[in-house]
Amino acid sequence: MKKRTFPRGVHPREKKEATSDQPIVPLPPPERVVIPLLQHFGAPARPAVKKGQAVLLGQMIGEAPGLFSAHVHASVSGAVLAVEEHGHSGGYPVPAVVISNDGQDRTASGAGVEPDAFSLSPDEIRQKVKAAGIVGLGGAAFPTAVKLSPPKDKPIDILIINGCECEPMLTADYRLMLEHPGAILKGAALARTAVGAQKIIIGIEDNKADAADVLLREAGLFPAEIQRLKTKYPQGAEKNLIYALLRREVPRGGLPFDVGVVVQNVGTSKAIWEAVSAGKPLYERVITVGGPGIREPKNLLARVGTPFRTAVEFCGGLQDDANTLIMGGPMMGVAQWSLDTPIVKGTSGILAWHSPVTATEYPCIRCGRCIEHCPMGLSPTQLHKFVRYEKWADAENWGVLDCVECGCCQYTCPSKIPLVHWMRLGKNKINRAKRKKSA
Amino acid sequence: MAEPYVVQSSPHLRAKDTTPRIMVRVIIALLPASLAAVYYFRLRGLVLMAVCIAVCLATEAVFLRARKRPLTPLLDGSAVITGLLLAMTLPPSFPPGFAVIGAVVAIAIGKQAFGGLGHNIFNPALVGRAFLAAAFPVAMTTWLPPVTLKVDIVTFATPLAILKFQGGAAQGILTPLQDLFWGNIGGCVGETSAIALLVGGAYLLLKRTIDWRIPLGSALALGVFSGAFWLADPGRYASPLFHLLAGGFLLGALFMATDMVTSPVTSKGTWVYALGLGLTIGIIRLFSGYPEGVMYGILFMNTFVPLLNHYLRPRILGERAKK
Repeated sequence: MKKRTFPRGVHPREKKEATSDQPIVPLPPPERVVIPLLQHFGAPARPAVKKGQAVLLGQMIGEAPGLFSAHVHASVSGAVLAVEEHGHSGGYPVPAVVISNDGQDRTASGAGVEPDAFSLSPDEIRQKVKAAGIVGLGGAAFPTAVKLSPPKDKPIDILIINGCECEPMLTADYRLMLEHPGAILKGAALARTAVGAQKIIIGIEDNKADAADVLLREAGLFPAEIQRLKTKYPQGAEKNLIYALLRREVPRGGLPFDVGVVVQNVGTSKAIWEAVSAGKPLYERVITVGGPGIREPKNLLARVGTPFRTAVEFCGGLQDDANTLIMGGPMMGVAQWSLDTPIVKGTSGILAWHSPVTATEYPCIRCGRCIEHCPMGLSPTQLHKFVRYEKWADAENWGVLDCVECGCCQYTCPSKIPLVHWMRLGKNKINRAKRKKSA
Repeated sequence: MAEPYVVQSSPHLRAKDTTPRIMVRVIIALLPASLAAVYYFRLRGLVLMAVCIAVCLATEAVFLRARKRPLTPLLDGSAVITGLLLAMTLPPSFPPGFAVIGAVVAIAIGKQAFGGLGHNIFNPALVGRAFLAAAFPVAMTTWLPPVTLKVDIVTFATPLAILKFQGGAAQGILTPLQDLFWGNIGGCVGETSAIALLVGGAYLLLKRTIDWRIPLGSALALGVFSGAFWLADPGRYASPLFHLLAGGFLLGALFMATDMVTSPVTSKGTWVYALGLGLTIGIIRLFSGYPEGVMYGILFMNTFVPLLNHYLRPRILGERAKK
């Protein structure tokens, strides 16, 4: 069968060799963790502990104030040193809980273990997912309990498990699929029950064929279909993945719910299994520490709140010329200015390399490559001009709000125009104006 | 550790291609045709190319200076291309002094008046040529035989002029296709050798520097249009292959209509532009008072580009679906 994919997109060099054969190793937790209370899409969690208080591993330290938020849990046992503002991967300070690690990893014994997870009702599954503070681990960190609660009038028929990991250099999801196929499949089965879908499709790019084989072998009893996709960036972007697998188009401004689909990342799926079957909150995750600027690239199981510095030093430290530090993948990751940034739930990787001097920007020569490669069918060159000259109505009409910031346009632009930056500015200005209007 | 770090917005990867690299590839692709020009027209070809390039660069420098801009755009290669293409569209006997005027107009009015690289509506080289065609109509239509023909005559006719003004098809005196292919004919400096242009064009297509839809679409439209008339009356009209190889079609379709700045940005728009170009050239060649229509064809289609860019944008993912 011809392998499916979505139209347009780009083919950056994958550069996954450095870590694709590195098994996941646990990163020893540091003496002190800094756990931000905002690690997800939505409102920050409210602190649930006070300075000086003793906490257990997995204890809730931040409580979600509403639906669009997520609980936050202690990733070590020890004492709360402070509840204060701290630098965050987004680049601005957010409230955080600082815990000194007693090295014991003491937990509340036996809490939440569920001998028969598969007999739970959708509501019970959602409750346990919410209690565990699970968010989408692909990078967007959208609260998973919300994603598992489709509105009544939008019946879901398909659950897609996203094993694309289309970002270059990242191999965390790939290792998860190789090493924990059972947990991924079981988590998927629970998520399927929660959303009431008939079928599970696991989408995997063909550069990870062995992961697809492993899952296929393991899938035996599960109602899961493994689909190989032609490797292309950004295959893992939700709307593009849905189109690649099902030829369904999520309407503009809509959600996968609108086409009867829910998408979960493989890591999220594993976290759902651990939360529901063992009551384990999301306090650790797999990350790739790599890029040419890291001496010994690795895949790590890291505790939330661990500073980047600890992970980087565990991987042999930075090369002398490394001047760029990225959280996430090279296409959509966020540049960091400090190694003190803590690892959060949405951290899929820590990458470092040497960036050459910023490329000279040339005028747009209307080559049309940004349009040719935009997976959303937008016209970035036109949009950037609308934003630059503050033509907000035109920018919105031409679809600036549909931009997913995947970076394909800027990647291909021969004039090196920071197109994604202009898209973000446009989205931000328009959304702000809308909020003001509705307020 | 080298803190502080470079902090930029994503994406952090960039494809290697740059705008100056694109320009350099176009110049490389024009080399076979430049060599053919020197081979067939010797010093006259060389002088015209050198003069046009030098004057285009100088004009660009003067205007950048006047606009208080840095002079770095001189190095992007675009002015060199404009000069080279302008020279290639001039008759070999064209006085270099007149060519200077054309080069100044090409850069000053064709490009800098709009704001420089990326902002012009019309192909700058063709703006220069159109000005020269209006200002010096005789010099622009006086032709020399290529030196390889070893004929001792002062004026000569291009294959398209033979077709139009001497009833070439009816008289059976049409230029043989093989001469059109190698370039052993009269014509503008850089347009005569089809093989040289095809080699350069193939290089640009392979490097994905030009949009294949433009040469293909315009060739299809010109071929079908001229072919229909040829099939109806081969005694009066030339074959489609003749039309594709003769005159400035290859130079225009491969190197001038494909100018990124003045061609559409979307694939749909590009198809309309390319088909419209082939058709316009065919109509001018067959039914107007001019033997050749490439220059006006391209300039005419250039005017539609902003419109095509506006109305023929791609469909946004999810545009058709309902919430």
